[in-house]
Amino acid sequence: MSNMLLEAKELHTYYGASHILHGIDFNIREGEGIALMGRNGMGKSTLIKSMLGIVRPKHGRVLVRGDDYTRSRTYQTAQQGIAYVPEGRGIFKSLSVRENLLMSARAGIDGRREWTFDRVMDTFPRLGERINNGGWQLSGGEQQMLTIGRALMTNPDLLILDEATEGLAPLIAMEIWRIVKEIRKTGIATVIVDKNHGAVTSICDRAMILVKGQVVFAGTSDEIRAQPELIQKHLGV
Amino acid sequence: MDFASFLIQTLNSLQYGLLLFLVASGLTLVFGIMGIINLAHGSFYMIGAYIAFVLTSATGSLMLAIALGIPLALAIGAFLEWALFSHLYKRDHLEQVLLTFGLILIFEQLRSILIGDDVHGVAIPAFLDMSIQLTEVMSYPVYRLAISAVCIVLAIALYYVIQRTRLGMMIRAGNDDRTMVEALGININMMYRVVFALGVALAALAGMLAAPISSVYPNMGSSVLIISFVVVVIGGIGSVWGALVAALIVGFADTFGKVLLPEISGMIVYLVMAVVLLWRPEGILKKA
Ligand SMILES: Nc1ncnc2c1ncn2[C@@H]1O[C@H](COP(=O)(O)OP(=O)(O)OP(=O)(O)O)[C@@H](O)[C@H]1O
Ligand SMILES: [Mg+2]
Repeated sequence: MSNMLLEAKELHTYYGASHILHGIDFNIREGEGIALMGRNGMGKSTLIKSMLGIVRPKHGRVLVRGDDYTRSRTYQTAQQGIAYVPEGRGIFKSLSVRENLLMSARAGIDGRREWTFDRVMDTFPRLGERINNGGWQLSGGEQQMLTIGRALMTNPDLLILDEATEGLAPLIAMEIWRIVKEIRKTGIATVIVDKNHGAVTSICDRAMILVKGQVVFAGTSDEIRAQPELIQKHLGV
Repeated sequence: MDFASFLIQTLNSLQYGLLLFLVASGLTLVFGIMGIINLAHGSFYMIGAYIAFVLTSATGSLMLAIALGIPLALAIGAFLEWALFSHLYKRDHLEQVLLTFGLILIFEQLRSILIGDDVHGVAIPAFLDMSIQLTEVMSYPVYRLAISAVCIVLAIALYYVIQRTRLGMMIRAGNDDRTMVEALGININMMYRVVFALGVALAALAGMLAAPISSVYPNMGSSVLIISFVVVVIGGIGSVWGALVAALIVGFADTFGKVLLPEISGMIVYLVMAVVLLWRPEGILKKA
């Protein structure tokens, strides 16, 4: 089996007095794809932010490649080859498309520079047409492509996509899924949060369902697809 | 007003406005990016002027004093950011105001203990100590032109750094979303330290350049601080270009106000601010 990339052990996270994560265990190995599922407000984004140190878990540990990163600064965790595409996109609006990409560029953890500016342009031709536009002039789909492109410019080993297709027109969402599949093929591990269960489970090897800050299912994508009642119970609307 | 006096007042306005810009650019960056209201920013201007005085007395040359003073100011800035300001980022404005107001008192006290409370002059470097004759009775000092020239070069350099370098991109990105900057693996604390030190050095340099024309005296930072805040508010918090435009507006309003409307000259700058804020509540240019 390939090496462990990112692990969370017994994570408990609070926002003020509200207890959001109730002892979550999570792990992802190199090259793996994991679908992180659950209804609104179940703690998916909080789990991601806790592992990145954007919010601080009260108990539990975060390990990157076996080393403790529980108390590390967000940038230190990110420098371990972890790229994050947040929900709500988070492009830098006062920067041009080109600048959004250039500001994050760096070599991967082993010095690899597979994702260059030109390669991101090839992957997202639509961005090429917008290269000198300001971030604020992009459509929702273009913003999403830009955040994914920007994440790739860090040459990551792990790409975390939180609701990458939310609010996008179906055709644009399909384009994003096609690109995510392509990225998966290059061997980058991915954690994907998305409402489209069919799409995520077909892209990812494993799936995990959160209900009120607890893991109620963890298994392979095939297992979850074989149990539609599970999806109905925990994810259905 | 005849043409020669108009020219002189215009040059004075430019020189004053550009000098204000040096002080205000650091203030607006620190305010806009790090969210810190730094009341002690005017003290850096005062410290710069005293550095110019002490080092010019010791070395005999203002140019040498500035060459030594800039790295000194950068070091002071980096140290203060590390020791004090880095603890303020997540605090509310009241705590920031308390600490930075306290710093003003500490800096003034230190100044009083180390150098005393007398007013001092600083000599203009000999090669700049001359005037250009405009008419038979009116002339313009070359040193003031030199100040303007240095400020223009610095404004262009600042433009280049902010618009063209990766540091500048990170600074502007930090203005939009600092969590996201950090999530991309950028050490935002280090970036803050660089920006803060740069802001201190610019304010101190303004003090060094001004020392020969304004002389060096206790509390000289406080009026500069207030006017700099006016500039930051007019220009739009966090906007360096807004600060440049606003500093020039303030420079012209203040200089010409004193000549044309001497009765209300003390109020003019604030009237301008009120008018601009009625017109654009967010300031002239909102972001960097
Ligand atoms: N900054 C915050 N302060 C207080 N409560 C928060 C904060 N962010 C999220 N919460 C709460 O924590 C819970 C988990 O939120 P989280 O964003 O992790 O859910 P999610 O599974 O990502 O949901 P969604 O699908 O809506 O993105 C929710 O009840 C939410 O209201
Ligand atoms: Mg979420």
